[in-house]
Amino acid sequence: MRKVAVIGAGMTRFVRRALETPKELSWEAARMALESCELTMDDIDAVCFGTAPDAFDGVHMNGEYASDGAGGWRKPFMRSYVGGGTGIFVPIQGWYHVASGMFDVVLVVAEEKMSSYYPHAQAAFLTIFDHTTERPLGPNLLWIFALEMNRYMSTYGLKKEDIARVAVLHKRNAAAHPCALLGDANITVEDVLNSEVLAWPVQRLDVSPVSDGAVAIVLAAEHVAKRLTDKPVWIEGVGWHLDTAYWTNRDLVYPRYVEYAARMAYEMAGIKEPRKEIHIAEPYDPFDYKALHHLEGLQLAPRGRAIELYLDGTAERDGDLPICPSGGLLGVGNPIAAAGLMKIAELFWQLRGEAGERQVPGNPRRGVAQAWGDLMQVGTVVVMGR
Amino acid sequence: MTFLERDPLAPQAWFGNLPAAHRYTYGLAGERFFRALKDEGKILGSYCPKCDRTYVPATAFCERCLGELTDWRDMGLVGELHTFTVLYVDVEGRPLETPQIVGLVSFGDGGIVHFLHADPESLVIGMPMRAVLKPPHERQGSILDIQYFEPFQA
Amino acid sequence: MTVRFKQFPGVSLSEEDFRQGKVLYQMDELKAEYAWDSGIAIGAYLAGLKRGVILGVRCSHCRKVVVPPRTVCEWCFRPMEEYVELPDTGTVNTFSLCYITWDMRRISEPEIPAVIHLDGTSELGPSSVIMGGILHKLGEVDPKEVHIGMRVQAVWKPAAERTGAITDILYFKPIR
Ligand SMILES: [Zn+2]
Ligand SMILES: [Zn+2]
Repeated sequence: MRKVAVIGAGMTRFVRRALETPKELSWEAARMALESCELTMDDIDAVCFGTAPDAFDGVHMNGEYASDGAGGWRKPFMRSYVGGGTGIFVPIQGWYHVASGMFDVVLVVAEEKMSSYYPHAQAAFLTIFDHTTERPLGPNLLWIFALEMNRYMSTYGLKKEDIARVAVLHKRNAAAHPCALLGDANITVEDVLNSEVLAWPVQRLDVSPVSDGAVAIVLAAEHVAKRLTDKPVWIEGVGWHLDTAYWTNRDLVYPRYVEYAARMAYEMAGIKEPRKEIHIAEPYDPFDYKALHHLEGLQLAPRGRAIELYLDGTAERDGDLPICPSGGLLGVGNPIAAAGLMKIAELFWQLRGEAGERQVPGNPRRGVAQAWGDLMQVGTVVVMGR
Repeated sequence: MTFLERDPLAPQAWFGNLPAAHRYTYGLAGERFFRALKDEGKILGSYCPKCDRTYVPATAFCERCLGELTDWRDMGLVGELHTFTVLYVDVEGRPLETPQIVGLVSFGDGGIVHFLHADPESLVIGMPMRAVLKPPHERQGSILDIQYFEPFQA
Repeated sequence: MTVRFKQFPGVSLSEEDFRQGKVLYQMDELKAEYAWDSGIAIGAYLAGLKRGVILGVRCSHCRKVVVPPRTVCEWCFRPMEEYVELPDTGTVNTFSLCYITWDMRRISEPEIPAVIHLDGTSELGPSSVIMGGILHKLGEVDPKEVHIGMRVQAVWKPAAERTGAITDILYFKPIR
């Protein structure tokens, strides 16, 4: 397999309701990514596109619909979709396009326009529940998260006020992100604990916001990357893995699917002790407890103890293992597919020392980004290093 | 009953729906295109000087080079009949009392799909077709601000 | 990024912009009505519910007993060939107190969705791989008293009113 580098990245602001169409959001991000590495569409050999359920944008075959904005015209073009995991899967797809030797330069774009689903985007998720055995009970999306969070908290005796620290740190980090929807430098644990109870134990500020946005990156094979930039960021490992299709049959305490995906990626990257060899983590954080869940799956904390990273300062931007220095989904926003790719873009900027106000000190050398989705059963992981 | 046999007493199907309503914004380009149609009665295109292409309806970017399109042009209301079909049934498959004609009228390198008002026998591919707009006060900023296209004699 | 890019695209709109006609838009409603085939295993499950019985299924190879029934064992990929009538009792694996509906309307009395691990099904390991977990709701209980590990039993609709649906079980209530 050939070495693959990320050589450029761009993104739109994440907003609650965008004026732009899905095509236009894709175009804005794609154009920035190309500009960032001074390439044009003539240099692009193939395009990989990610967008989550068609139901959000309200366009059947949304990948094909928005393909013009993503630069798909007269290129080998492929859309991947693994639900919330898409944003980290689409760069994996781009990676094997290049690693296989088929293409030298690939444009990877992820877009989501959730606000088109009217009036409440979460209704698009109802089909996550089985139509015959679950939907007649009148579920809403929050049920799954509330049930999982409760089981996770109860198993390890975790407190709400501790878990709220995750939301606080991520939203504070996001205050330094120019594209963030919910950055807040002054938010406190009390704000989270006093926010509206939606589905106990889930409260409003435990949840990432419904958003619109797009992100794009450019991938290149080693010989091209070295010609185009003196700061390539290599994709060192990739992994993805699926758990049972029946969420009520799943282990709600521990995300094995993330562990298996992480082990696949770590093995490829030659990582034996992830906690020591990884310097920045961007775990998927649509809910605050999910960041903890995923840090444990990523082998960055023992089971039930990821919260300690937040309590002792390890997770902070200048801590020993900065977590979601971007601000994550909780702070920057959660346009599903785009949110995952935002994490890859963040690692790209962080590892190049270009993250500006958000820059993690100490010249970090390696980072991991992860997403989660499908019917809440897929883990997707990418390790990047310089 | 063997396992892989259906239980004859079992419900054969479960009925349900997907509650899907959408509110689509027109976007950067659509906002300008439909405002021009509504307020000025114009069909606008956008031109890429690099690729020498004119997009109609106007787009914000060129799909070939991803360049931003800033050269917007009034395309007039007369285009060329690119193709058409005559519909005898509606979307549910019921016969239509009056057959309906739908056509693609090309402008620049793009075009507009719309209803045609004409005797089907008189339609010839390549003939000029003119957009008939609603009166200004009835226009809402929608593709239906164009009522239909009809054959045009210069 | 901050070096190269000073401005980021993305135009944010408010609900007010729509109300005041500052932005053009099109509303559309998808006509999405379905008749989902119940299939073999779920068809049997629904027929069982109508009779007042919860059916699980056993894998003849790895011996797992799971619910809802299915025709293939996900874990060893062999046919699941033997229905098992399960007791209508179980243990609360997890629950929530939900104050909003699917369309985000607030409700004052919470709904109590729960994953109930039915008796007679397999469990792997001490954490919670719950082969016999199903989604349902709890009732006849003070929300403050609900806890993980609580023993519960199904409350059924009267036989004459059952239609072969998961809602033939009204809810699960605590076993006192
Ligand atoms: Zn062009
Ligand atoms: Zn088996």
